[in-house]
Amino acid sequence: MLVSDPGLLVLEGLTKRYRTGDLALKGVSLTVPRGQVMALIGPSGAGKSTLIRCVNRLVEPTGGSVRLDGVDITGLGAGALRRARRRMGMIFQEYALVERLTVMENVLSGRLGYVSFWRSFLRRFPQSDVTEAFRLLERVGLDHMVDKRADELSGGQRQRVGIARALIQNPQLLLVDEPTASLDPKTSRQIMRLVKELCVERGLAAIINIHDVLLAQMFAERVVGLRLGEVVYDGTPDGLTGDVLTEIYGEEDWSATIRPVDEEGDAQGQAEADIEVGEHPHHRRSGPTRDEDVVSGL
Amino acid sequence: MPVVGTGLAREWRRRSVQARLVIWLGWLVGVAIFAWCWREMSGKTIWMFVLDGPEQAADLLERMVPPRWSYMDSLWRPLWDTMNIATLGTLMALIIAVPVAFCAASNTTPSRLLVRPLALFVIVSSRSINSLIWALMLVAIIGPGVFAGVIAIGLRSVGFCAKLLYEAIEEIDESQVEAVTATGAGRVQVLDYAIVPQIMPALAGIAVFRWDINIRESTVLGLVGAGGIGIQLDASIANLAWTQVSMILLAILATVLVSEWVSAKVRHAMI
Repeated sequence: MLVSDPGLLVLEGLTKRYRTGDLALKGVSLTVPRGQVMALIGPSGAGKSTLIRCVNRLVEPTGGSVRLDGVDITGLGAGALRRARRRMGMIFQEYALVERLTVMENVLSGRLGYVSFWRSFLRRFPQSDVTEAFRLLERVGLDHMVDKRADELSGGQRQRVGIARALIQNPQLLLVDEPTASLDPKTSRQIMRLVKELCVERGLAAIINIHDVLLAQMFAERVVGLRLGEVVYDGTPDGLTGDVLTEIYGEEDWSATIRPVDEEGDAQGQAEADIEVGEHPHHRRSGPTRDEDVVSGL
Repeated sequence: MPVVGTGLAREWRRRSVQARLVIWLGWLVGVAIFAWCWREMSGKTIWMFVLDGPEQAADLLERMVPPRWSYMDSLWRPLWDTMNIATLGTLMALIIAVPVAFCAASNTTPSRLLVRPLALFVIVSSRSINSLIWALMLVAIIGPGVFAGVIAIGLRSVGFCAKLLYEAIEEIDESQVEAVTATGAGRVQVLDYAIVPQIMPALAGIAVFRWDINIRESTVLGLVGAGGIGIQLDASIANLAWTQVSMILLAILATVLVSEWVSAKVRHAMI
C-alpha cells in the first residue's frame, strides 16, 4: 500500500479475543489522520478501552494490524515497542498517577522512555526535560504544585498532571480513556477544552473514549460509535441523530441528548475536512457562552 | 433457595434447609471431637501435680521477689547483643526478602512456571522452621555466639517479610503500572516508578513489625547458645537463682516496651 499519506494511525481488521473467549473487537478498521481529534463513543463493554489499549499494546491484539506513521506496531519486539510507545501519550480515567510520587516526578515519568535507567533511578533527568516539565505544568496551570504529592491533588488537578505526563513524551497521538468520567461537569468541560486546545497547538491526533455524548460533540471533529466491538457510526458530531444513538446504544429517548443542529452550520463534509478547528466562533458548540448555558442546564 | 412459598406469602430465610442441616452437623462433629479430646487429655494428666500448681507458682513467685537489682550491671551487654541480633537479623532478612518477594508476586515474577514456585518454596521453608531450631543448627555449624543468632533470626524472617511483601505487591493499583508502561518505560523503570512507591508503606510496616517480633525472639536464642540475654536466663534458671531470673524478665519486658514504642512511631511516620 503505497499511498502518499495513509494517515497517522491506521487500524486494519483489529481483533481482540480475551482468554475468557469474549470477542471485544471484531475486525475494526479505522484511519486517524494527523491532527484529528476523534471521539470514540459507545456503551460500556463496547470495546472502547480495549481498542485504545490495543493501539499501544497494553492489551495484545489477537488479529489485524495497527500502523502508527507507517510502522506496524503489532509486530514490534520489546525494545521497538517501547520506542513506539513514546510517540503515543495516554491519559486515563482515574488519572493513574503514581499517588505517592510528587507532581514533578509524575510528569517526568513521561520521559522514562527516553532516559536511561540510572538517570531515572537517581531522578537526574536532563535539564531540558525538567524545563519542559515546568513549562507544561505552567501551561496546565499547576506550576505552583510542583512539589506536592499526587495524592494531595483534586480530581481536576490530577488529570492536568496526567495530561502533562502524556505531553512531555512529545507524542504524535494521544490515547485518552474516559478523561472526564471521574470529574464534575464543569471540570469535565475544562479538561476536555484543555485537551482539545493542546491537540490544536501541537498538531496532535487524539482518540478520546468518552461516555458523555454532548462533550464528544462539543470537542471532537469526528465521532466514531462502537457497539459490541464493531464500528456502527463514523462521521461528524452533527450526524449523531436519535436514530444513530439508538443504533449505538440501543432504544432510548435521545431528544435531550442531541445538540440541536443549527442550519447555517456545518455540512457533513466540512467538519471532516476541518482539521485545524481553530475557528471556535463558527462552532457554537465550543463557545464559552454556550458552555455556561449547558452547565447551568445540568 | 432461601425464598419459600409464592406470592405475598413468600418467606425469606438466610439459609436453605440443607445449609442449616450442614451447619448443625458441623457443630455436632466439632463438639464431639472436643469432648473426646478432653477425656483423652484428662486421662493422661497427673492431677496430683496440677492440683499442686497454684501452691508451686506462689512458691516460685515468692523466691523471685525482690529481683536482684544489682544483677542489672551484668545484663547491659547481653541486652545490647540481643538488640543487635534482632536488628542485624531483620536487615539481613529484608535484603533477601525484597528480591524473593518480587519473584513470588504473580504480577512481577520473571517466570510463573519456574521462578515463582522456587520463590514460594524459599518462603515456605524459611517460615516452617522456628528461629530456635535455626539457631540450634547454626550453633552446630558455625559455633555459639551472636553471629549464629543473627543468621538464625535472619533466615526465619526472610519468609515472613517476603510473604507479606509479595502480598502487598499483588495488591497494588495496576492502572499506575499501566500508565508508566504506556510512556515507553522499561521493565525496571516501571518497577522503580510504579510499583516501589506503592509498596513503600507496606515495606516500612513489615520491617518494623518484624524487628519488633525479632527483639522478642532473640531473647530466647541464648538458651541454645546463640548469643543474647538468653544465655544469662539459661544460667540463672540452672542455678535456681530466681531473683536473677525475675530481673532478666523485667529487663526483657522493658526492652520489648521500648521496641513496641519505636515501631509504633516509625509506622506512624512512614504512612
